[in-house]
Amino acid sequence: MAPDDLRALLPFMILAASPVAVILAIAFYRGHALSFIISIAGLLISFGSLFYSFRYAPRAVTPLLIIDRYSLFFTGLILLATLAVSLISFGYLENRSYRRGEYYALLLSAALGASTLVASSHFASFFLGLEILSLSLYAMVAYTRGSRFSLEAAFKYLVLASVSSAFLLFGMALIYSYAGTMELAGLALVSRAGPSVFATAGLAMMLVGIGFKLALAPFHMWTPDVYEGAPAPVSAFVATVSKGAVFALLVRYFSAFSLHDYPYLFWVLAGISILSMLIGNLLALLQNNVKRILAYSSISQLGYLLVAFLASGPQSFAAVSYYLASYFVAMLGSFGIVAVLAGPRGELVNLEDYQGLVWNRPWLAGIFTGMLLSLAGLPLTAGFIAKFYIVSAGVQAGQWALVLVLAASSVIGLFYYVRVIAAMYSKRLEAVPYGEVPVGGGIAVAVLTVALLWLGIWPSTLIGIIQRMIYGN
Amino acid sequence: MNLMANTLGYPILSTLIFLPVFGALLIALLPRSAEPLIKSVALITSLLAFAFSIPLFTNFDKTTAALQFVERANWIPAFNIQYFLGLDGISILFVLLSTLVTILCVLISWNSIKNKVKEFYIALLIIEGAMIGVFCAMDFFLFYIFWEAMLIPMYLLIGVWGGPNRIYAAIKFFLYTLVGSVLMLVGIIALYLYADRTFSIPALMNIRYPLSMQFWLFWAFFAAFAVKVPMFPVHTWLPDAHTEAPTAGSVILAAVLIKMGAYGFLRFSIPLFPDAAKAMTIPMLALSVIAIIYGAVVCLAQTDLKRLIAYSSVSHMGFVTLGIFAMNIQGMEGGILQMLNHGIVTGALFLCIGMIYDRTHTRQISDYGGVATVLPVYAGLFMVFTLASIGLPATNGFIGEFLVLLGGFTAQRWAGVLAATGIIIGAGYMLWLYQRVFFLQVNAKVQGLKDINLRELVAVVPMAVLVFWIGVYPNAFLSFLHPSVQNLLNRVHPGAIEMSTLAEFLKKILA
Repeated sequence: MAPDDLRALLPFMILAASPVAVILAIAFYRGHALSFIISIAGLLISFGSLFYSFRYAPRAVTPLLIIDRYSLFFTGLILLATLAVSLISFGYLENRSYRRGEYYALLLSAALGASTLVASSHFASFFLGLEILSLSLYAMVAYTRGSRFSLEAAFKYLVLASVSSAFLLFGMALIYSYAGTMELAGLALVSRAGPSVFATAGLAMMLVGIGFKLALAPFHMWTPDVYEGAPAPVSAFVATVSKGAVFALLVRYFSAFSLHDYPYLFWVLAGISILSMLIGNLLALLQNNVKRILAYSSISQLGYLLVAFLASGPQSFAAVSYYLASYFVAMLGSFGIVAVLAGPRGELVNLEDYQGLVWNRPWLAGIFTGMLLSLAGLPLTAGFIAKFYIVSAGVQAGQWALVLVLAASSVIGLFYYVRVIAAMYSKRLEAVPYGEVPVGGGIAVAVLTVALLWLGIWPSTLIGIIQRMIYGN
Repeated sequence: MNLMANTLGYPILSTLIFLPVFGALLIALLPRSAEPLIKSVALITSLLAFAFSIPLFTNFDKTTAALQFVERANWIPAFNIQYFLGLDGISILFVLLSTLVTILCVLISWNSIKNKVKEFYIALLIIEGAMIGVFCAMDFFLFYIFWEAMLIPMYLLIGVWGGPNRIYAAIKFFLYTLVGSVLMLVGIIALYLYADRTFSIPALMNIRYPLSMQFWLFWAFFAAFAVKVPMFPVHTWLPDAHTEAPTAGSVILAAVLIKMGAYGFLRFSIPLFPDAAKAMTIPMLALSVIAIIYGAVVCLAQTDLKRLIAYSSVSHMGFVTLGIFAMNIQGMEGGILQMLNHGIVTGALFLCIGMIYDRTHTRQISDYGGVATVLPVYAGLFMVFTLASIGLPATNGFIGEFLVLLGGFTAQRWAGVLAATGIIIGAGYMLWLYQRVFFLQVNAKVQGLKDINLRELVAVVPMAVLVFWIGVYPNAFLSFLHPSVQNLLNRVHPGAIEMSTLAEFLKKILA
């Protein structure tokens, strides 16, 4: 391993060292604030070192990892999202009496798993990254272990994620037996060699596994329960970082397939996309729990992302990257609000709890409105530019059916976002025990709001970064 | 469409758009308890915006169809999206109407909005900025943003300060509008990609699109604009929204918001898809005539003052679309003038109803009677607007309806004839309404009410002045329109005027 390899890996090494530092610190002194500060510092230093390792990119570090602009961009996104989650978590955990320090070690290793995923170029690193991520998440989902829902969610997640990992592994094995290589680039060989039973079965199984991780319909059943049961900051993490990392990987390697040579693959994915958009948006209409609404919303958002993915080509890369960034901001912000509002007595998740929020917590209600409107894709928010990107990628590829389903289902989607907003702006019914707004969470949602508007009004900066990432120079 | 530099030396359109937004921000910073200050800031902002819009009126070059007061800057270079504003003869009058109406809305809400005053004026001013933006935007992306930016504050205006059934009305309004808008967005993106990545409206208008594309996009845009107008089958949100909205909301809806649909037809549907629009003339005229007659007949059955005026809007907007889709100069100019007239008259009628509602807190027609005895000045003003709504000569309604009927008759004889019956029914319901509210026995509920006060007088008198101004000397306003409308018609009928039928058009597409 050349020294330059290590330099290129620096952000990952720092990220790997920080959970260790957190655990060591706990061994000497157990303090919530200390663990929090160490993890923030680790994330920030790791983020800063991205710019350093950028100079050595692109570089294949061992056959397992590839450090290029694409992986650095998504690692950066993951680090920032994790930073936001830790800020939100700090205030959230302060109100709870569990052992709090270890949470940050889990959070950081989950982030490490996610970054490994986006940088992986080999089945082994893909699987390792996914398992590091999932194992940390099992524990994080169950972190408020006094709550029945939390335990139920963790158990459900454990069982289903393990099943999906098994599918994924079996699919990898089949593809290996066919292509004779474990490198993800080998997927391209599969596509070039023409159809075969092994390759088809392997791909199908991998898609099932990935579909579970991304919570695409019809593999979405676990999402609402897990999001509902998990602590709000963890739901935010599951909805954004864990999905985003898997999607980034999907885009990088499955776009090597020319989907036109594999029409059945295209149609299966198109079907999954349509199903996710419709199921996500329609079932969200029936929910009365804000976290479940957000869960169904995230199912439909992933369906939108598949539309861009299916458009293929550089335009689709850009659309996916922008959409993920804006989806991260809006989802983190929405769950952030749920977390920030949670008082010592528990989270407020029923729609009735949000009744008249604007007259008690005007800023939080305004921010939540912005986040929801961004998820709905209304102008002046990041979500609009993102949706525009996706629709234009879809129209350019001539996928009218997908685009029209997207348009129709986003109108359905609007209905439940508006329901939440309508609740917030309606008359206040009775005194709801809102907690004090914690400083960390407050800062996080405020920064996310600025990001939301900035990406919505002045998207050129991020578009510039994304285009440099895709086209080089 | 040509461009013409801004002759004023400062970015007047941006000023007009962002001044109200700035005012809203200022109000957001004021403490909730400082209500008089909040109201004054809102009033001053709306007055300033109106003052800034006067140079538009005086400096507009009426001899050209070119865009004027143009501002142009790159906004999102990656998509070739520009911050591109400009006005022509079709849009200028609506900017003026928007700034005027906002002042009246501030005045009429002065005492009638009692809770959440701060948020109310913030929403109102943001709506003003977005309204002006819609009429000024010359970049499709920017247009869409303003178009949608109106929705949220308007939704809140109805949903928070509205009547008892406000949530239902607000959500209905929101969803109806959004279904159309989303289809339009897909259409806009299709145009953008076809035109090699430009959103510039003047550039898009220089392209003649293939027939099948025109056909599909015409309907995509129709979905957005027909809902806004509202045209016949999709009009049902309007009576609910009007009835439940606070007075200022109803006034803005009637005066400006629903004009955006008709403006969209004029600005986009017809010039971008002229062949499709020509082929769709018959269905469009039929829908307009149905709206005219159906709206008028339904008015006869209403028991609620605001609902009645709301249905009369459906009928009057039928005249507007009739004029527009007549596709000749009389019809179009009449249609545009009728948009302006409807904004003035119906806006004023809603203002008047708001005034009496503030006193009696009922909108049921049966709760009134003999109002003319108790509030004579008010009754006189209401009479002016009633007559203008009927279209009596010397009022603005006459000029508009006359031109529309002339255009409609020239285009399709049956359309003109049927539309004229709508006027007769219109006279029926308006006079009957006036009789039931202002004459007859003095109802106990209106006994001893105070007549109109100075603030209210200031709010309605400008509208009454406009009624007669346009009625007696319409050329002051029509002269703005000629070059732009002529330019539009030249695009629709490049050679001699020829109407193709729907069947021929479909044959051409399928061939």
